[in-house]
Amino acid sequence: MRHLLSTKDLELGEIVSMLDVADRMAEVNARPLPKVPALRGKTVATVFFEDSTRTRLSFETAARRLSADVMTFSVSSSSVNKGESLRDTIETLSAMGVDAFVVRHKSSGVPRQIVRWTDASVINAGDGWHQHPTQGLLDAYTITRAFGSHDSMAGRTIAIVGDIKHSRVARSNIDIFTRMGARVVLVAPDAFLPRALDTWGVEVRPALDDVIGDVDVLYMLRIQRERMSASDVPGLREYSDKYALTPSRAARLGSGALLMHPGPINRGVELLVDPADVPGSRILTQVSNGVAVRMAVLFTVLGGGMGSIMQQGAES
Amino acid sequence: MSGRDPSLVIRGASVVNPDAVVKADVLIEGGIISAVGEGLAGDWSIDADGLYLSSGFVDLHTHLREPGREEAETIETGSRAAALGGYTAVVAMPNTDPAQDNVATVDFVREQGLRAGLCDVVPSGCITKGRAGRELVPFDRLGAAGVTLFTDDGNGVQDDMLMRRALVMAARLGLTLAQHCEVSAMTQGAVMHDGQCCSSMGVPGWPAEAEEAMLRRDIELVRQTGAKMHFLHLSTAGSVELVRRAKADGLPITAEVTPHHLSLVDELLSGFDPVFKVNPPLRTPVDIQALKDGLLDGTIDAVATDHAPHPDHAKEEPLDSAPPGMLGLETALAVVNTSVGLGPQGIARVLSWNPARIARIEGAHGGAVAVGRPANLALWDLSTVWTVSRDGLASLSRNTPYHGMEVRGRVHHTVHQGRLVVKEGKALR
Repeated sequence: MRHLLSTKDLELGEIVSMLDVADRMAEVNARPLPKVPALRGKTVATVFFEDSTRTRLSFETAARRLSADVMTFSVSSSSVNKGESLRDTIETLSAMGVDAFVVRHKSSGVPRQIVRWTDASVINAGDGWHQHPTQGLLDAYTITRAFGSHDSMAGRTIAIVGDIKHSRVARSNIDIFTRMGARVVLVAPDAFLPRALDTWGVEVRPALDDVIGDVDVLYMLRIQRERMSASDVPGLREYSDKYALTPSRAARLGSGALLMHPGPINRGVELLVDPADVPGSRILTQVSNGVAVRMAVLFTVLGGGMGSIMQQGAES
Repeated sequence: MSGRDPSLVIRGASVVNPDAVVKADVLIEGGIISAVGEGLAGDWSIDADGLYLSSGFVDLHTHLREPGREEAETIETGSRAAALGGYTAVVAMPNTDPAQDNVATVDFVREQGLRAGLCDVVPSGCITKGRAGRELVPFDRLGAAGVTLFTDDGNGVQDDMLMRRALVMAARLGLTLAQHCEVSAMTQGAVMHDGQCCSSMGVPGWPAEAEEAMLRRDIELVRQTGAKMHFLHLSTAGSVELVRRAKADGLPITAEVTPHHLSLVDELLSGFDPVFKVNPPLRTPVDIQALKDGLLDGTIDAVATDHAPHPDHAKEEPLDSAPPGMLGLETALAVVNTSVGLGPQGIARVLSWNPARIARIEGAHGGAVAVGRPANLALWDLSTVWTVSRDGLASLSRNTPYHGMEVRGRVHHTVHQGRLVVKEGKALR
């Protein structure tokens, strides 16, 4: 695997073994000194054309724990503001010696376009509404590990609630969850659904109350307030009435059901309950799993065989 | 043109005329076809055995980019691309900078075409000043300057009342209005056809109904005003059906389709390559089939290229910000022939005869190859298989969606005003 641009580039078997590698990385992270020399001498450049705190920090932490050098590029302090093109930016950074680009961009497809202009590996850290493959992997990791076995997603009901249409997280998650055998139910108003869902293998429900009693995972998406101004979208209050997680709805969640959210949370919009008060919340587990999964991705894209890392890890 | 120009005889071509395809020699003297028959002699000759000879192609929809964006194309380079594509006339779209909403700019475009001397450059005019959709252009003055086709191409005229007024004026002055059908409120930020591919790629969609809604409105306005209207680059199955019914009602409308909407599907965008981004967008196999059927049964009158050059760097932007448009002049014949089984007369009908009538230049272009007609001619075949290369094109830009694709049919020679401007697939000037 040279690049990770979309979950759709991964075979199901590759997804499963990536999550297995993440288990090993989680073991590394649990050590007193959570660092292995697996990627020593490699340079990972995080190139974020769009702001992000957690994803960038997660990737940079993952890279450092594998002993890679980290180069940080953010648009606010770069010559992109002087009109430098995407291609020139990537070619310039490549010339400094980069082994992997971790790219976030507000436009769908940019990571795939960048592949043409560099010999380095490209990892998509979120592009437009298109894909956020490491989020999909870390969510699959969180769910399967919470339910206990590698194939524990099969037959589970996962409701994804919110603005599906504009969500890269939803696209990555739906692809992985359905392929791992889950029954995926989308809960959203029409304006938040893409036009053509026929091939997605999902069900659609118009209100959270229709499903909340029988979900194994309740996956709440972040609602961006600015989207609420669009003419075809219900108002914030109407949205909250039907789709927000209220204390009474949270009380109807099954005892083993998980609550997940990709962050950052918009309290008072999609969550009207403190997630700390929901026993099944895995929202912070998602964040810590994110580091292990991104270590697995960086290692798989840049590293050698599995044996080497554990051996090296044991030495350190 | 002077009588002292050497005479040229084209020997042994299959002459494609509306009534028949007949093998004959054609003699050209002083820019005019002076004889059609057997055993003709001239000062020099072209052996055209095995080739079709028809009136030169006419493109109703060419973006030459001059004035304003000469980095992408100039009238000279665009004219050369046209001649290589078998075109003897192109209608220059008015979205230049400044826009072709005034006589000075229109005259400049025509003059630059004459200087290039490779094909007739026929300027169109805007419907509204600056194509802004607010204030109508001086139709009478532009009409007096020779403009017969008006369009805000790139933008549809959104305002119903303004469009109605424009059609009333056009009817009175005998002008044709051409619409780019797009209800802009339905296509904000749109990147591609709003279908399955778009949904999974996560980009804003351009729904079929945004085209059909404006087309439906305009058909009703034509019904009320009696004005002539031409519909640019129709792209959906629904549009074909709307035009079919309006024509059955006897309305004075014509329609065009591009080679790319006959040949390329929206799925090509799944790699996020902006070279496949175009407006209106590539659509589905169902739409393509309907467009082919419409072209074959005459619902759609003409193939027009919507030749839209863009420099490499513009097509290296992210898909959502890259400009729409693709090259078309040099590949049109081959792509149409590869996509639709039109045969030689069908090809001449949709690439030459009908567009010449729609552009109102049938005095010099289109129609039969016959004695007394101006010698604007194309020689081509429908059998040569070749591979398109973006590096082998005369256009200043390289944004062809057909790079690496195998196509069938080739332009060999083009005669413009009696002069050979393309010989054996090479431009002579």
